[in-house]
Amino acid sequence: MSMVDASSWGAALVRISPYTFSAIGIAISIGVSVLGAAWGIYITGSSLIGAAIEAPRITSKNLISVIFCEAVAIYGVIVAIILQTKLESVPTSKMYDAESLRAGYAIFASGIIVGFANLVCGLCVGIIGSSCALSDAQNSTLFVKILVIEIFGSALGLFGVIVGIIMSAQATWPTK
Amino acid sequence: MYGFEALTFNIHSGYLEAIVRGHRAGLLTTADYNNLCQCENLDDIKMHLSATKYGSYLQNEPSPLHTTTIVEKCTLKLVDDYKHMICQATEPMSTFLEYIRYGHMIDNVVLIVTGTLHERDVQELIEKCHPLGMFDSIATLAVAQNMRELYRLVLVDTPLAPYFSECLTSEDLDDMNIEIMRNTLYKAYLEDFYKFCQKLGGATAEIMSDLLAFEADRRAVNITINSIGTELTREDRKKLYSNFGLLYPYGHEELAICEDIDQVRGVMEKYPPYQAIFSKMSYGESQMLDKAFYEEEVRRLCLAFEQQFHYAVFFAYMRLREQEIRNLMWISECVAQNQKSRIHDSVVYMF
Repeated sequence: MSMVDASSWGAALVRISPYTFSAIGIAISIGVSVLGAAWGIYITGSSLIGAAIEAPRITSKNLISVIFCEAVAIYGVIVAIILQTKLESVPTSKMYDAESLRAGYAIFASGIIVGFANLVCGLCVGIIGSSCALSDAQNSTLFVKILVIEIFGSALGLFGVIVGIIMSAQATWPTK
Repeated sequence: MYGFEALTFNIHSGYLEAIVRGHRAGLLTTADYNNLCQCENLDDIKMHLSATKYGSYLQNEPSPLHTTTIVEKCTLKLVDDYKHMICQATEPMSTFLEYIRYGHMIDNVVLIVTGTLHERDVQELIEKCHPLGMFDSIATLAVAQNMRELYRLVLVDTPLAPYFSECLTSEDLDDMNIEIMRNTLYKAYLEDFYKFCQKLGGATAEIMSDLLAFEADRRAVNITINSIGTELTREDRKKLYSNFGLLYPYGHEELAICEDIDQVRGVMEKYPPYQAIFSKMSYGESQMLDKAFYEEEVRRLCLAFEQQFHYAVFFAYMRLREQEIRNLMWISECVAQNQKSRIHDSVVYMF
């Protein structure tokens, strides 16, 4: 490799195996998405339980908020499964070729994109779901309107999944 | 961090916030008050209240009802709600909820000491105390002769102990000293509560600062008006004003030298939020001032519910309930004494 000096940080970076990056990307994709989903569910759930004591009618409708948060975790699982099918073995001689590194970085980036997009999406949907439960308990006409906000919020996770899948589509390892 | 409380508030307090908002939905509305004002006697009032959240508290009362019974049972509901919330709360919310009780404790202490001065029976006084302000050694208050004994015997073990440092004297208790003691204690309590809320930060600090500042300013005006014509000196009067609020410090300087209500009005009209209150009253009239202050307080308390993920909703709910109980007491008294034309003088509508 003539691009980088043998003893610089750049050299250290390109000597990390692309499989390391791929594995970390897959882990982040599922791990951080589930973090976001869980965070969102507890934010919504605690408000929903308290509000349902005085207004029991809200329970069945407001479970939709919990389902939206759950969907975020499912996105993470789907992308993790897709990413792991992109992993291929390359011979040791080609492991540090530019194309291998590109494949490794693509899977890593895809994982980060999906993970963090789902984290904030889960948070967003959770907070809105909490407000939705409390407002619905006071005035049932508000539920549908706040649900629209929640739907826009859950679209954020979908954007992350789309870009993640596009990124992972270019994870082509060098042929033997 | 201000703005990101939504991320972690619900861990400890999400359930309780939802519960307190459910209770708020059970507060009486203008339509309920209109129904109550149409009642002919106290049994009608009981019947109307049985459709509200007070129903289970009043249904077992025997038929010749008294207004004190109605007030007592409604206060019982407030106490039950409070106890339910505080036993579920964790720090720092449990400290916050404890602070709400200290005002009532101060009122109870003053009630018992004044009653003892006027030679009333201790048991009778204890029954009149507000249940939220009860503490264990309250009956021992009747034994104390002056403030030092009061502190040493009873109050040093209660949460009110730190508020006493400013008013420990060895003078004997008489009516004037007791009022000064009440106001000094309340001043120390408000300042302590204010500092605590500032430490909590975020939306709680912002909303509670507004509510407590209004309380401090209202007390300053009431102290001024009540001490016009008494022998309270200007320096003593100034010592009773709290060290925060819109009126601090320049308004306090001006209020301390006021000698009649029109001068007070002149001082208050320099501050836009209070000018709106005073402009509702024509010159020379002071009876409407209490009601105007209550209305402004209720308006601010209702606004506290507009934001989510902060503790001020608990404070606001307790205060709104207390206002509702005051309203019910007034309505019951007017109905019992057949003076329904005066009902609207003192009922503050919430929503």
